[in-house]
Amino acid sequence: MTDRALYAPAPSAGIERQPTDWTSAAMQRRIRRRYGAERRFKLLGLLAILASVAVLLFLLATMIGNGARGFTQTEIRLPVNAASIGNAAPAALQKITNDAAIAAFGDDGEKLISEGAWLAVRNAAAERRAGDIWVPASVDIDLAAKSDASAAAEAAYARMQAAGNVRTSFNTTFLTGSDATDPSLVGIWGAVKGSLLTMLVTLLLAFPIGVCSAIYLEEYAPRNRWTDLIEVSINNLAAVPSIIFGLLGLAVFLNFLGMPRSAPLVGGLTLALMTMPVIVIAGRNAIKAVPPSIRDAALGIGASRVQVVFHHVLPLALPGIMTGTIIGMSRALGETAPALMIGMRAFIAAPPGGVDDPATLLPVQIFLWSDEVSRGFVEKTSAAIIVLLVVLLAMNALAIYLRNKFERSW
Amino acid sequence: MDAITGGIAATKTSGLKMTARGVTVHYGAKKAIDNVSIDVPTEDVTAFIGPSGCGKSTFLRTLNRMNDTVASARVDGDITLDGENIYAPSMDVVQLRARVGMVFQKPNPFPKSIYENVAYGPRIHGLAHGKDELDAIVESSLRRAGLWEEVKERLTDSGTALSGGQQQRLCIARAIAVDPEVILMDEPCSALDPIATAKIEELIHELRGRYAIVIVTHNMQQAARVSQRTAFFHLGTLVEYGVTSDIFTNPRQERTKDYITGRYG
Repeated sequence: MTDRALYAPAPSAGIERQPTDWTSAAMQRRIRRRYGAERRFKLLGLLAILASVAVLLFLLATMIGNGARGFTQTEIRLPVNAASIGNAAPAALQKITNDAAIAAFGDDGEKLISEGAWLAVRNAAAERRAGDIWVPASVDIDLAAKSDASAAAEAAYARMQAAGNVRTSFNTTFLTGSDATDPSLVGIWGAVKGSLLTMLVTLLLAFPIGVCSAIYLEEYAPRNRWTDLIEVSINNLAAVPSIIFGLLGLAVFLNFLGMPRSAPLVGGLTLALMTMPVIVIAGRNAIKAVPPSIRDAALGIGASRVQVVFHHVLPLALPGIMTGTIIGMSRALGETAPALMIGMRAFIAAPPGGVDDPATLLPVQIFLWSDEVSRGFVEKTSAAIIVLLVVLLAMNALAIYLRNKFERSW
Repeated sequence: MDAITGGIAATKTSGLKMTARGVTVHYGAKKAIDNVSIDVPTEDVTAFIGPSGCGKSTFLRTLNRMNDTVASARVDGDITLDGENIYAPSMDVVQLRARVGMVFQKPNPFPKSIYENVAYGPRIHGLAHGKDELDAIVESSLRRAGLWEEVKERLTDSGTALSGGQQQRLCIARAIAVDPEVILMDEPCSALDPIATAKIEELIHELRGRYAIVIVTHNMQQAARVSQRTAFFHLGTLVEYGVTSDIFTNPRQERTKDYITGRYG
């Protein structure tokens, strides 16, 4: 007790420190625990990666498995002498086609071929092609060829297959056509073109406005209550549910400004409103990340503010801005809700000719097809999803290529 | 008035390039510089010394209005360049910074080629007519900065690929290329090794006379080596300003003496 009392005035300094025994059992245990913790965490991380890869692979496999069939079309050989038809009216062509089918395959013949089979006949007639014509099969026969269908259809398909009257070919209509009521005649091109036009409008509006806003807020605006308010508003705007933007587009662009319904122009304007805050936020962060020493260097030799921004800050911030733009545009490409609000869910049977023509979007087209009753649309829906993913990947690949091209180190 | 003129009036060796009278700088509510008056001679090197945070860099940055970029900074008092008030509304700040160039503490070349680094200033100010003239300016600037022999074979390489000392000389070449009247150097050697430092000091010697040079330094030996006039700052005030040899051998103020003898700093 007396010894302790002696050391009492400075207890922490007074305790004699024993030399550390780095080989003691407690120390070994601590090392083992540390290694254990490292291993466990590494394993956890690996499991997380594997789980996400597995989900992604499952998604891709399902989509491709279902969707690949959407890109093929069963065709039936129809004995018609197209060369002798000439310029007939659609109704007459339809009758010629149906009669030929009945003649070739019996009373139910016209049910075996697609409602649009006469289009193939018309094309052949226009080219004055002689000999048999391959026309698309009806949905039932197509399903019988690919998976399972009703007993009658399966039997009819087996009969024709035995006679060598069916073949499976690549469905060019799907890549070049637009929406239709018959799944054997639908195409995705209308929706792709609608999406591309909409994205173009979105990019042309959101990118310059977003970048200019980001530059102004970072480089010019004074720091005060107003800029704080603007910053909070922009951050909130980026988090607003997309359907709200759709309602806004409906109220402002369609009802108040009287712009055409279902048009890529309106879709682009609406999606630009949604994408802009994302670009502003990413742009501001990228501009902030440019070292201040670069600005000092340029100002120090007498560059003006605009020269500093456009010669030094913007080139260095561009990769970051483009990353934000990619994220924003990818999100916009996949948006369905705002497009529904501004009437882009209409049945549009022809690709849009311009930004003010009625159009539909890829995700909306997927949504519409997934809602269809006919079983033929199932594979078309999956195929459309594949097309959407391909468009998305192509867009991102282009943007990443551009970003890497502009990337510079400092 | 010796504290202002730094002995210029007494020696009459050179004219005045810049003058500061009653300069006070606030950062928000905090006073960084308090009532500093100083004269910068045309043909001499002026050194600002003092402990960290004494305001010498802040004061240097008022001389080419780099403090304008700090939103909270407020500068009072008069600073003139060739008798012209640089804080007057009629003064074009871009042209001022071209006339009063600056070299920073950390070498900060642009992430562009060596050639572009030097050519950028003349290009934006329209100092060269045609490629040949620009090439000549780049070469002479790099020569004057003592860098030409080292980089003439690789002018298209990135300026950031050079060593620290070379980068700082590139920054000096970049400042020279605009043909300024005054060069402000803010601790230009603090990030460099002794050999690179020696090269920069040698360079300052060679540039003296052609440009009025103001150098901020932590290193008192450096101030003694490169400058003809020294100003000692402490806690935002100018304590003493005079001919360098006088300051170091015969300081008049107690605080100066304490600092240069290493009592604090």
